[in-house]
Amino acid sequence: MKKHPVSLTVNTDTYDLLIEPRKTLLATLRDTIGLTGTKEGCSTGDCGACTVIVDGKAVTSCMMLGVSANGKEITTVEGLASRDQLHPIQQAFMDKGGYQCGFCTPGFIVASKAFLDENPNATEAEIRHALGNNICRCTGYTKIIEAVMSAAEVMRNS
Amino acid sequence: MPRIFREVITLRNFEFFEPTTIEDASNLLTQYNGKAKLLAGGTDLIIEMKARTATPEYVISLENIPGLVGIDYDEATGLRIGALTKMRTLEQDPTIRERYTALAEGAGEVGGVQIRHLATVGGNISHGSPAADTAAPLLALGAQVNIASADGERTVPIESFFLGPGQTVLETGEIVTGFECPPRGANEGSQYIKQKIREVMDLAFVGVASSAKTDNGAVSDVKIGLAAVAPTPLRATDAEAIVNGNSLTAELLEQAGTAASAQSSPISDLRCSAEHRREIVGVLTRRTLQAAADRAQG
Repeated sequence: MKKHPVSLTVNTDTYDLLIEPRKTLLATLRDTIGLTGTKEGCSTGDCGACTVIVDGKAVTSCMMLGVSANGKEITTVEGLASRDQLHPIQQAFMDKGGYQCGFCTPGFIVASKAFLDENPNATEAEIRHALGNNICRCTGYTKIIEAVMSAAEVMRNS
Repeated sequence: MPRIFREVITLRNFEFFEPTTIEDASNLLTQYNGKAKLLAGGTDLIIEMKARTATPEYVISLENIPGLVGIDYDEATGLRIGALTKMRTLEQDPTIRERYTALAEGAGEVGGVQIRHLATVGGNISHGSPAADTAAPLLALGAQVNIASADGERTVPIESFFLGPGQTVLETGEIVTGFECPPRGANEGSQYIKQKIREVMDLAFVGVASSAKTDNGAVSDVKIGLAAVAPTPLRATDAEAIVNGNSLTAELLEQAGTAASAQSSPISDLRCSAEHRREIVGVLTRRTLQAAADRAQG
């Protein structure tokens, strides 16, 4: 089947790729580019483990074709930390114990970043609603919400 | 580099087209009739392709066709929404929230934020699901569906767009390009309520939208849209006739609810029994009618 040329900017690096259209954005990131921080959970858009930011908007990358991301700017969990410092959301997940097995964590962190960037003063209820597209089977969510609330405060003060 | 990770789930092979005009997209649909699918937001199509319930040999993306995204409002001509407008945009748009409130509420009920950044209103309606969250609001808001093909354009009232589960009036080569709703004044209000189990990421087991105009205490131009309670989304016309021209009393609301229940023909499935669905139609008809009238006054 004919491959399509696409140009993706992922975490400041630009990739010029030739990909099969049947590859989802998730498959392109993990299998073609090799960025495996983004996870595949349900593969049907329900669990949020594959969340990445495309042109500023959080999306489930299993529900988007790689060819549809042509020319777009993508942020994955690998793009959040600077050289020697974790992003405040990552730090807060560690400090508050916002993860157990860790599989859903990249999706939660990336979804939280996209949401807090647009809503720095979000209430707990708003955060819970915004993270409704992300499922965690370990934590019971309390520590995740604490982590995001705490990170929001750090981000507001910096 | 050795692959140490399992490859993620992909789709069966297909040929991918990115036409830049409706005419080209329509011609491709006709040329590959039965073997091609249109791609808008992808949140229905990609799930079906992974499940192999859809195995198109050709996928035609609409994303590169100009003019299919956006919301325009004009006091004289009303609202025009491009088919590829995202659910998240509808949910947040100030004009939709203020004047076409039920539609903002319906769009905001789809999936979760990540899904609403992908899913489009044209996809939601074209897919033909009886439970589509924008269907009941668009019915209540008197929407017309704009359809185009290589042969021309036509406009269909949304109440005659749906034919059955997954079936619409779209003919070979036809594409939904947008929606139009009549202009709305300050004395008009609307509401959509979705009955569901989980707050987000759930399907409606009943969806009801009502719209009303108020004049000296009486309601007029009432439209009620029902979703997930019949083979297609539908108008509760009997309930509309009961309240039109009258003041909303508890007794009248009760009668309207009963009439809407009677006009529904729900099935029992794993989400809900038919009996319960019929009951909820009545409750939500009363609530949304009252809210629509309150919003029209307030």
